[in-house]
Amino acid sequence: MNDLLNLSPEEWTAVRLSIRVATVAMLASVPIGIVVAYLLARVRFPGKAILNGIVLLPLILPPVVTGYLLLLAFGRRGFAGAFLAEHFGIVFSFRWTGAALACGVMGFPLLVRSIRLSIEAVDRRLEEAAGTLGANPLWVFLFVTLPLILPGIIAGMILCFAKAMGEFGATITFVSNIPGETQTLPSAIYTFTQIPGGEMGAMRLTLVSIAISMAALIVSELMARRVGQRLWFE
Amino acid sequence: MSLSLDVTHRLGSFLLDGRFVSEGRLTAFFGRSGAGKTSLVNIIAGIVRPQRGRIVLDGRPLVDTEQGIFVPRYRRRVGYVFQEGRLFPHLTVRQNLLFGRWFTPKAERQIGLDQVLDLLGIGHLLDRRPGALSGGEKQRVAIGRALLTSPRLLLLDEPLASLDDTRKDDILPFIELLRDQAEVPIVYVSHSLAEVARLATTVVMIEDGRIVAVGAPTDVLGRRELIASHGTAETGALIEAVVAEHDHSFGLTALRSTAGSLLAPRLDLPIGTPVRLRIRARDVMIATTRPDGLSALNVLPGRVVALDEADESLVEVGLDCDGVRLAARLTRKSVDALGLQLGREVYAVIKSVALDRDALGRAPGFAADATAHYGRH
Repeated sequence: MNDLLNLSPEEWTAVRLSIRVATVAMLASVPIGIVVAYLLARVRFPGKAILNGIVLLPLILPPVVTGYLLLLAFGRRGFAGAFLAEHFGIVFSFRWTGAALACGVMGFPLLVRSIRLSIEAVDRRLEEAAGTLGANPLWVFLFVTLPLILPGIIAGMILCFAKAMGEFGATITFVSNIPGETQTLPSAIYTFTQIPGGEMGAMRLTLVSIAISMAALIVSELMARRVGQRLWFE
Repeated sequence: MSLSLDVTHRLGSFLLDGRFVSEGRLTAFFGRSGAGKTSLVNIIAGIVRPQRGRIVLDGRPLVDTEQGIFVPRYRRRVGYVFQEGRLFPHLTVRQNLLFGRWFTPKAERQIGLDQVLDLLGIGHLLDRRPGALSGGEKQRVAIGRALLTSPRLLLLDEPLASLDDTRKDDILPFIELLRDQAEVPIVYVSHSLAEVARLATTVVMIEDGRIVAVGAPTDVLGRRELIASHGTAETGALIEAVVAEHDHSFGLTALRSTAGSLLAPRLDLPIGTPVRLRIRARDVMIATTRPDGLSALNVLPGRVVALDEADESLVEVGLDCDGVRLAARLTRKSVDALGLQLGREVYAVIKSVALDRDALGRAPGFAADATAHYGRH
């Protein structure tokens, strides 16, 4: 029993890294996610179907393919990777930041979908009313639209976080499986299953995974309920 | 204030095409549901952009398609009270009220929160959320929210439509108060003849997307051909009068008009207050001699000036009672039996109970000067 609860320092490293990767992936995705969801929900522009397709693609493609595409684009010799490394000093390949990028890309469709649905559910007549009260479109968005879609944003963030915690295929393809740098929980579990006598380690990390997922679910429920109460119920 | 409008706008197969100028304090857009009243108001508020036209408020163009002018709604300073209130569900009543004030430049804030709370009687609701308000409370908050932006024009789109009759009676006095004291010109949309008769200083009659009449309510609402096509068969006359005295023992109020004295159920208004009453044609009887032994208290002498056959069995008789135009709806048989002809001297008989709350309202212009004016007589 003790063996099940005592995580080794290496395993703790994987747990902490996973949480950091998922948190960064989620936080970095939110602003872009809101903009993209708004564009898809409200704005008519040429190429909208293409943008929609690109956003949804990671949901449908095999994760390995997404990871490989990321490697081509953001690897050291990829066009975007080389540009970012040269001008901003941001390197993705074989770093934890690359893992966060891969997780963010995989979680992005879920985030955008959730926010988009909540934007489409907003009563636009309330926005018109705000306009007649003197609020320009930016203030209308900040004071009316944004508070009304907050539950959708939170739900999307939780989904994105959960997806990032479980991401495996794209991450391992893009940034490999380097302990302490890119070895997230799923990669660590996978490694344990590949070595003789690793069952106990795999089991320990599986329990940690379940605990984190449960915690995320409960937090999301609580937050959604509190926001919902504040917004609509009396 | 002056509001002039001349627009053409096509919505699918519906063509909205109208032109009017109003200098009135309360301009009523009157017409059936679906006549295009709300579309017109949406155009004034800047929610709908007309395909062609020009709207000028106090000399400042809001829309001029020829010159490419379209002032966005957030710069128009036109307050809009929507039919369904449209309060922000995520904000408290206080935050709702102050929402627009935030965007109003300090120098142009003419009305304060305390004033609005007093005027509308909503001080006790401040910490509630819209979900916890009744229909009447929501509408009052919506009116307050629009007023707090110190608008140059206030649009009220059927603010009473979603309320039951007792709630309507709660709100109507506030609207009269707004019209007479708030110094904001109002455009009031309604399909209810009673509301328009009670509130309007100018009536803009709208039918199938077109403006068919513009003028003083006593003129427009007395015109049978306009009201009959409105469909409610509620033709009648609008009379201006003043409260002359109260009879406490019988609970009656005497009203003085140029046509003569009228008794109505007691009104809680001070003596000298101008009022406006609507007398429906079907509530007026006609006698050829001054009647005796009759329960109706109001008898006005007059002369027959019009005989319009409303249909095969009904005739609408137009009467001139000392310059005041009245209408009476009679059967053709009665007209025949009485031998009514143009120019005949008759007596119009009106039951006092016909002059109930619906038919009576405080006339526009109740202010110190109006009282003084009547005091001199």
